[in-house]
Amino acid sequence: MTEAKQALERPLSPHLSIYRLEINMLMSIIHRITGLSLYVGTLLLATWLVAAATGKEPFDAVSGLFGHPIGKLILFGYTWALVHHLLGGLRHLVWDSGRGLQIWQVNVLSWLTILGSIFLTLAIWTVGLLLKGVL
Amino acid sequence: MAYRTPLAHVLGLGSAKEGTEHFWKQRLTAVANFFLVCFLIWLLMGLIGADYPTVKRTLARPQNAIGMLLLVLSGVVHMRLGMQTVIEDYVHTQGLRVAALMLNSFFVYCIGITCAFAVLKLSLGG
Repeated sequence: MTEAKQALERPLSPHLSIYRLEINMLMSIIHRITGLSLYVGTLLLATWLVAAATGKEPFDAVSGLFGHPIGKLILFGYTWALVHHLLGGLRHLVWDSGRGLQIWQVNVLSWLTILGSIFLTLAIWTVGLLLKGVL
Repeated sequence: MAYRTPLAHVLGLGSAKEGTEHFWKQRLTAVANFFLVCFLIWLLMGLIGADYPTVKRTLARPQNAIGMLLLVLSGVVHMRLGMQTVIEDYVHTQGLRVAALMLNSFFVYCIGITCAFAVLKLSLGG
């Protein structure tokens, strides 16, 4: 009986739900989600390349899809996922070298990842739209 | 530790006989992808709104085709390792896990060969 009670009171392995959400936890999860998105998103690049290799009509059709507002939204999201995963990867390389592991440094690097990814994505699309002459 | 032979100890390959290969390949391709993705963004930004002949001519240039082929190769290795980690973390049923790992390999090689073939056709196919 006492043993059963002890078993019940034994602390369980810490689970995600008992932690307050920290920025580095969120960045870790987003790094994985963006990685998965990029994985599936390679289909976009493959479609574009195959269309270009096939001929003018398929290429124009795919260009039309990518140029559609929904297509643009997907490409915008893909750009952000790419930039975020890239910056997150750089952060991991810093950590791999044994640097930047103080709590405050971890927080700074995590904030730099999310803010940097938003800034760079907007910068890429602004420059892109300027080049096209839309803005 | 006492049961490990001196050779096994020196080689440090562990029971899977791969050692740190997964870790190292993931980092190697990560660094390569940094440069290759920057190249891809630069290339694509130059092609915004471009017509078909321009896109075809640009992708057919040797330096661009080589960059794209390197990106496809490095990207495919990187995404295969990444997805493998995710599968091993979340899929615990043995049969399902083996199937998922196989599908992972099939998908990345299909994508890789498809992209590489398209780039080569644009460059060499006339």
